[in-house]
Amino acid sequence: MGWGEAEAMAMSRQETLANAASLWLERSTLDELIRLLRGEGFTVVGPRLDQGAIVYGEIERASDLPRGWTDDQKPGKYRLENSGGEAYFEYNVGPHSWKQFFFPPRLAVERAKREENGGWTFSRPEPSDERYALLGVRACELAAIAVQDRVMMNGPYVDREYAARRESALIIAVNCTVAAETCFCTSMGSGPRCQADFDLALTETEEGFVLEVGTEAGWEIAARLEHCEASPDQLASADRLRHRAEDQISKEMSNDGIRDLLLNNLNHPHWDKVAARCLSCTNCTMVCPTCFCSTVNDVSELAGDEVERVRQWDSCFNLEFGYTAGGTVRNSIRNRYRQWLTHKLASWHDQFDTSGCVGCGRCITWCPVGIDLTEEVEAIRQQPAKRREVPLPQPRPDACVVPGEAAADQSNRPRSVGQTIDDRQRGASDSAEAQQDASIADGGTDRE
Amino acid sequence: MNDSNKHPDQATEAAGLKSRPQAPRLAVFKFASCDGCQLQILSCEDELLTIADQVQIVHFLEASSHFEEGPYDVALVEGSITTAADRDRIRQVRQQSRFLIAIGACATSGGIQALKNWGDHHEFSRCVYAEPAYIRTLSTSTAISEHVTVDFELRGCPINRLQLVEVIQALLRGQSPRTPRHSVCIDCKRRGTVCVAVAQDKVCLGPVTQSGCGAICPSFDRGCYGCFGPAGQPNCESLTEHWIGCGRSPVSLVPLMRNFNADAPAFREEGDRIDPDYDQGHVL
Repeated sequence: MGWGEAEAMAMSRQETLANAASLWLERSTLDELIRLLRGEGFTVVGPRLDQGAIVYGEIERASDLPRGWTDDQKPGKYRLENSGGEAYFEYNVGPHSWKQFFFPPRLAVERAKREENGGWTFSRPEPSDERYALLGVRACELAAIAVQDRVMMNGPYVDREYAARRESALIIAVNCTVAAETCFCTSMGSGPRCQADFDLALTETEEGFVLEVGTEAGWEIAARLEHCEASPDQLASADRLRHRAEDQISKEMSNDGIRDLLLNNLNHPHWDKVAARCLSCTNCTMVCPTCFCSTVNDVSELAGDEVERVRQWDSCFNLEFGYTAGGTVRNSIRNRYRQWLTHKLASWHDQFDTSGCVGCGRCITWCPVGIDLTEEVEAIRQQPAKRREVPLPQPRPDACVVPGEAAADQSNRPRSVGQTIDDRQRGASDSAEAQQDASIADGGTDRE
Repeated sequence: MNDSNKHPDQATEAAGLKSRPQAPRLAVFKFASCDGCQLQILSCEDELLTIADQVQIVHFLEASSHFEEGPYDVALVEGSITTAADRDRIRQVRQQSRFLIAIGACATSGGIQALKNWGDHHEFSRCVYAEPAYIRTLSTSTAISEHVTVDFELRGCPINRLQLVEVIQALLRGQSPRTPRHSVCIDCKRRGTVCVAVAQDKVCLGPVTQSGCGAICPSFDRGCYGCFGPAGQPNCESLTEHWIGCGRSPVSLVPLMRNFNADAPAFREEGDRIDPDYDQGHVL
């Protein structure tokens, strides 16, 4: 098809777009969508079968997708299964999350080279110019991306690699039509329906896809696809399947006063019980779509003339992560599990004005011993030790600001050259830890 | 590294290793072992030339029959102590060496041959050798640190050559070597490997094993064998109790704990805990 012809077809489709709330795509159009995105220079990433699971990787055609596959998930267990149907997206979120594309596991952030005169030349690698089209983003994952946006680029310190990758990305969401035993998005208010923050959103039915358009960029893609207005029957069918997913969600976690509940119970005996089970292996933080901690090391070759500063995913469950002058500040599994859970569900609110949990259930499925955070919270809720309101930590001059204040703050505050997102994250977790330490002062130190 | 092995004075002194007029003298010694860790030194290839530029390799029988007497600035020690003669020899090596680095599972935990620690070595000798009368051996295979002060322990079966380069580099510069104590799991996740325990129901020691290999086995659909020994603060009991809860027998789990790092305290204690009456002999 030539450009003129394509544009003419797009013009005729505009009328449908202008009038319809939702469009209809035939199932075969999915391949057309992938080809179109690739033709536009996007690297299309989406679900595919690999290593006995549905992971995220590059998608070249619709046949790369896990058509006819689904999964069974329980605490500490994941199994691929035949779905018995023809659907491309009838699975639940798996071991990978989209953060790997915006916040890569390993990244060179700085380089230094010794010159012949003995001096050093410093350089900073340019951010990636890869443009990702994310195909198959679920509602909980849209929420997770929104949380990471706040952390990585909507505050005073912008991670330029994240921002470059994120801002150039196109998001094609897919509404869930099934749910896993580990899903609890309804408790976190993040799903299962995709409400916003997508360019396009699909709901897959037995015959094809109902398509919603979320942005101008999404509109431009939709206009070039073979489509028509979705019929009332097609819309009803999509609605029924979305409700099926919602009905299948059985796990719950009450968020009622959860911040004060956890911060009031830092010495609750239940922390010892969960510490006896926790492996401190980092799996929950690695699979979490919002966890953002990293470590930065300078790596040189043996002669020491070339040095690369490398950022890698790290975890609050690592002993080295809490290592400061004088020792490791979270020197027991109990301290580290408590730090993770109270940060994710409690002090995250103070720091980022949102929960750090989106209810995707990955930390439950991928914990090798099946620890379920909803049960840990519930155990504390059943027998809370204290009830009082925990005051917000006092803001520090260099503490990060909540989104909304960020823009104003950014405009009149010069960004310190040496400060990176990692300084900010370290500062943030310090303040959460300081708050805990203040609360446990009467209970003695937890250092071993 | 055990806290007891830290030697701040020596670490400070090491700042001079690179700046001294003569290149530091490095020696490699072998005790009871398979030589695999020494081969890792030779496998450094490109890096080996740079190492040779910065240190004098004066004693390395695996590479050269030319060797010099001590003292040495750095001794890399492979293997475990299984004979009385070796027990004496390691003391001599210690006396002649400013820095003694134990390399590999044998040197750091006694190696696979530490399985004899649960059995009767006389009986093993009778089974294996036609003339057991000629065999003079201790009843145990033990780590170098059981006998002399060790300045740094580099784990692995075999060691990771890049970690070895890191250790040598750190010594030359007077820095602490960076060999993380975290689990293998984080390496699986960084490289995108799907958890074989959760997705394929395979027993995997990754959650309690120290990083170092780059998570090779899970990337080939196999559980971790624990080649780099216990991770920092490993919770072996929770992991094995989970497997037992999933229907595995305690007796099937003991051999997992008693492997290349059988006598590393965390693995040894867990194997003994799961099945105190386990008969090491019955697998032979």
